Amino acid sequence: MKLGLVLRELHRSESELAHTLLVVADRHRVDHEVFHVARDLARWSQDHVRQIAAIAERYGESLDPDDGGEAGLLAALRDKGSEAMGRLREPGLLLLRDLRDVYLQASGVSVDWEMLGQTAQAIQHTDLLDVAERCRPQTLRQAGWANSKIKESSTQVLVT
Amino acid sequence: MAALDRIAEPWGSRTPYGPGERWPVRVDTHLAEGLGPDDVERWVPTASILHSNGDAIDIAVRDGRIVGVRGRAQDRVNHGRLGVKDLYGWQANASADRLTRPLVREDGRLVETDWDTAMGRVVGRAQALLEEQGPSAISFYTSGQLFAEEYYTLGVIAHGGIGTNHVDGNTRLCTATAAASLKESFGCDGQPGSYEDVDHADVIALFGHNVAETQSVLWMRMLDRLAGPNPPALVCVDPRLTPVARAATVHLAPRLGTNVALMNGLLHEILAHDWVDHAYVDAHTVGYDELAERVRDFPPEVVARICDVPADDLREAARVLGTAERLLSTVLQGFYQSHQATAAAVQVNNLHLVRGMLGRPGCGLLQMNGQPTAENNRECGADGDLAGFRNWSNADHVAELARIWNLEPMQIPHYSPPTHAMQMFRYAEEGSIRFMWVSATNPAVSLPELARMRSVLAQERLFLVVQDLFLTETAQLADVVLPAATWGEKTGTFTNADRTVHLSEKAVEPPGEARADLDIFLDFAHRMGLQDKDGGPLVTWHDPESAFEAWKECSRGRPCDYSGLTYDLLRERGGIQWPCTPERPDGTARLYEGGRFLAQPDYCESYGRDLLTGAPLEATEYTAMNPEGRAIIKAAEYVPPHEVPSDEHPLQLTTGRTLYHFHTRTKTGRAPELAAAAPDVWVEVSEHDAAAFGLAEGDLAEVATPRGRIEARVRVSGIRPGVLFVPFHYGYWDTAGGHEPSGAGRAANELTLTSWDPVSKQPIFKTAAASIRRVAAGDGTPAPAPTTTASAPLDDALPRTHGVASARALEDSPAGGAR
Repeated sequence: MKLGLVLRELHRSESELAHTLLVVADRHRVDHEVFHVARDLARWSQDHVRQIAAIAERYGESLDPDDGGEAGLLAALRDKGSEAMGRLREPGLLLLRDLRDVYLQASGVSVDWEMLGQTAQAIQHTDLLDVAERCRPQTLRQAGWANSKIKESSTQVLVT
Repeated sequence: MAALDRIAEPWGSRTPYGPGERWPVRVDTHLAEGLGPDDVERWVPTASILHSNGDAIDIAVRDGRIVGVRGRAQDRVNHGRLGVKDLYGWQANASADRLTRPLVREDGRLVETDWDTAMGRVVGRAQALLEEQGPSAISFYTSGQLFAEEYYTLGVIAHGGIGTNHVDGNTRLCTATAAASLKESFGCDGQPGSYEDVDHADVIALFGHNVAETQSVLWMRMLDRLAGPNPPALVCVDPRLTPVARAATVHLAPRLGTNVALMNGLLHEILAHDWVDHAYVDAHTVGYDELAERVRDFPPEVVARICDVPADDLREAARVLGTAERLLSTVLQGFYQSHQATAAAVQVNNLHLVRGMLGRPGCGLLQMNGQPTAENNRECGADGDLAGFRNWSNADHVAELARIWNLEPMQIPHYSPPTHAMQMFRYAEEGSIRFMWVSATNPAVSLPELARMRSVLAQERLFLVVQDLFLTETAQLADVVLPAATWGEKTGTFTNADRTVHLSEKAVEPPGEARADLDIFLDFAHRMGLQDKDGGPLVTWHDPESAFEAWKECSRGRPCDYSGLTYDLLRERGGIQWPCTPERPDGTARLYEGGRFLAQPDYCESYGRDLLTGAPLEATEYTAMNPEGRAIIKAAEYVPPHEVPSDEHPLQLTTGRTLYHFHTRTKTGRAPELAAAAPDVWVEVSEHDAAAFGLAEGDLAEVATPRGRIEARVRVSGIRPGVLFVPFHYGYWDTAGGHEPSGAGRAANELTLTSWDPVSKQPIFKTAAASIRRVAAGDGTPAPAPTTTASAPLDDALPRTHGVASARALEDSPAGGAR
C-alpha cells in the first residue's frame, strides 16, 4: 500500500501552500484584503499539516507538524519593499501571478486530499477519511478565494 | 404643550403603551428664537436627513427661509416625534459658510468660478481619460444622504453611460453589511421587519446597536413600551454602557472582535435546548444541519473564554431569546464595523430562521442603516450593485437592465463584482483610477487610516471632484468643487431603514449658485453626450418627478418595487413601505410572510459568498444548494481579529458616534445647540484602565495605534475594561489645520486600520490595538463628552449636559399629555 507516499506528498504540498500564502500575504501587504485573508487561509494549511503529521504516525511516517511556518527576516524585508512598491503599477501583475500560484497549488492539494479520501474509504480507515473530509473543503475554499480574487483584480490590472 | 430642553432630555417625555396598542402621538416642534407656530407661513413635508430612522418632518418656512421643524403626527414612523439632530440641525442650511459658487484649482489654490468653467474641466478631464485609458480610470464615490432620483441617475451615468465598475457610496461604511447579510440569508437585500414590530414584541434584542443615539425616535418607541404594561425584555450586546445597556434585562459586553463566537454560543444554547421551530426550518430553510454542527463547538464555557463574558449571562441571554414569543432583533455598527461583520450579522438572521420568527407582528428583523438614504443607494445601484437588486452574475438580469436603459448588455460592466470603496481608493493609490467624483461625503475624515487617505486624495495625478454644501476636509483637496443644494432646497424621495418611502419637498431656494445634486448629474450627462444604443440620450428625464418615474419602471417586479407609488400618493399619505404595487397600494409592512422568500436562483440578487474568504459562489453552486429558493441558514467559523493587543498597544480601540452629531459634523457642528452639547473629541476609558494608566476625568491623553496618534480629554465611563472609545465625528474643518492635523490630531480615523470584512467590504472601525498615556493633567474641567448618553461619566457629581437657551423645544401629546 502506498498510503505513506500520499501522506508525505500531502504534507509537502500543504506545507508549501501555507508558505506560499504567507509569502503572498507579506508581498501584498498594501492590498489589505489579500494580506489579511491570505494569512487566515495559511492557518488552515498549517492546521492541515498538523493533522497530517498526527495521523501519519499510524502509517509509519514521521512528519514535522510545524512545517509551513512564518517566513521570518526575509518576510520583514519583503514587507518594507511591499510598502515602497504600493504606488507602482507593476505590483498588480505580480499579484495576479501570485494568486495564480495559490490557485494552482491549492488545486493540487485538493486533488491529493481526494486521492487520500478515496483510499481511506476503500480500506475503511474512518479516522483518515474524517481528516480528508474535514480538510478538503477548506482547500477548495482556498482555491476558490484565489480564483475569485483573480477574477476581481485582473480587469483593472490588465486594461490599464 | 410643554417646553423642554431636549439637549438635556434627548428622548423627551414618556407616552407609555402596552403590547398591540397604537403608539401614542407626541408632536415635537422647534422654531427659531422668538417665533411661534402662528408665525409660520408654510409647512413643507420631508423626513429626517441626519440619521436612518426616516422621521417625518414638516419644515417651517417664513419669508423664504427655513425657521424650524415639526414632527408629523400622522406618519407611521415617528407619530410626531423628532430626535435632537432634527430639532436643531436644520439651522446648518443657512450657515454663512455654505458654498455658493463652484471652485477650481488654479496655481494650487481653489478659486471661485462659474458653472460652465467648472463643469467644462470635469467633462474635459473625464473625456480625456476615457480616450486615453477607458472607463477603468473613472470612479464615483457617493453618499448615503442623496435622494433616490439622484442615485438612480448617477448609477445610470456611471454603469450605463461611462461603463465603469468603480461606483460606490459611503454606505460601504454604514450599511454594506446589512445588505450583505440579507443577501446571504434571503438571497436578496430588503429589510424583513417593520418598526411596528416594537409595538408587539415581547423581547427586543439589540446587537451592536446603540439605538438610543443612532435612531433616537425608535428608542423613544422602545422606552414607551418599557414604561407601559407588559414591557418587553431587552437583550443588549455592546462593549459600552449605553442607554440601551442600562435598560437591558441582559447586557453582554464581549471582547472586541468576537461577535461570531458570541452568536455561535447563543445559537448553541438555543439548539441545545431545542428552542427551534422545526416545522418552519424544515419547510422554509436550507442549511440547518451545518449550523448545528458548527455551533456544537461553542458551548457557554468556551464562548465565555473567547468573549470574556460570564457563562451564566450567555445562558440567560439565550434563554430570553430562545423563549421569546415575538422576537424583534436589530443590528448595527457594533457588528457591521467589526471583525467578521457579515458572518456575525448572518447569525442574527439565523436566530430568527431557527426560531421561525419572521413576517409576523412582533417577529421582526431589522438589519439597520446608519444614514438617511442608504437604502436608496442600495436599491438604485449607486453602491456598485445593479439597480433594482439585480444580480450582476445573472445574464438575464443584466439583459433586463440593458432593455430598460436601451443599451447592449455588454455596455453594462458585469464581468466581476463591483469595485468597493476601499478598493477604489487602492486603485487611486496605485494610480489606475485617475478621476474620482465624490458627492455628499467626506472621506478625508470618515475613512480609516487618515494619513494614508489624505496622501491618496492629495495626489497630483488624481483628478478629484467634490460636490458638497461646505468646504469639507475632502473638498479642500479637490481640483473642482461643486456647490450643492441640500434637504429643504430640492425635491426627491428617500427610504428609511424599514422601507418607508417619503417625499422630501423643496421649501426654500438654495444659496447663491448652488444646484440640486440631480441637476448637477443631469448636466454632466448632457455635457458628456451620453447615449443609448440608438443614439438617443441615455438619461431621458429632466427633473425629480420624471427621474422617479424612470426609477419606478426599473424597480418593477423586483423586491424593492416602487411601481404603485407616485409623488401625489406620497403627498397625500406620507410614508409608505415598499414594495408598493398596483396590487398592494398600501405598501407592505413585512417581507417574507408565511416563509415565502425571494431566493429563487433565477430571481435572487446574489448567489452568496464564502463567509470567511468573501469569494462569490457560482450560479451552479447556489442552485444545487438552494433550488427552491428557501432562506439560507449559513454557519460561520470564528477567527480571531487581525490586530490583537500587544505589549506596545495593550488595549482595544473602538470608534463610534454620539447622539448629538452626524457623520463628520458637516451640519450638526454648525447647529449651536448640538455643537455645544458635544463640542470636541474625547476618549472613554473604564475605571480599571484609568487606574492602571494613571488617568482621571478631564486629563489630556494621547491615544496611539500603529497608524497614528491623537490627543483627547479623558472620560471615565462604564465602558468594558481594556477598551477605549473615541467618537469619529471630529475632523479639522473648524481647526487651524483645515483638512489635516496641526499639531496633535483629533480624528479617530488617524488611528483605525485599513482592513475590511471580505464579504461586505465594510471597513473595520471597531477592532484595533491601541495604547493610552497621560499628556497633561486636567484642571478639573470634565471631558467635552455628553453625560446623557453612552459617554455618561461614572462620577454622578459631574455637571450634566444641558442645552443653551435656544434649545427649548415644544412637546404636544394630545392623548391626555405626557406621563
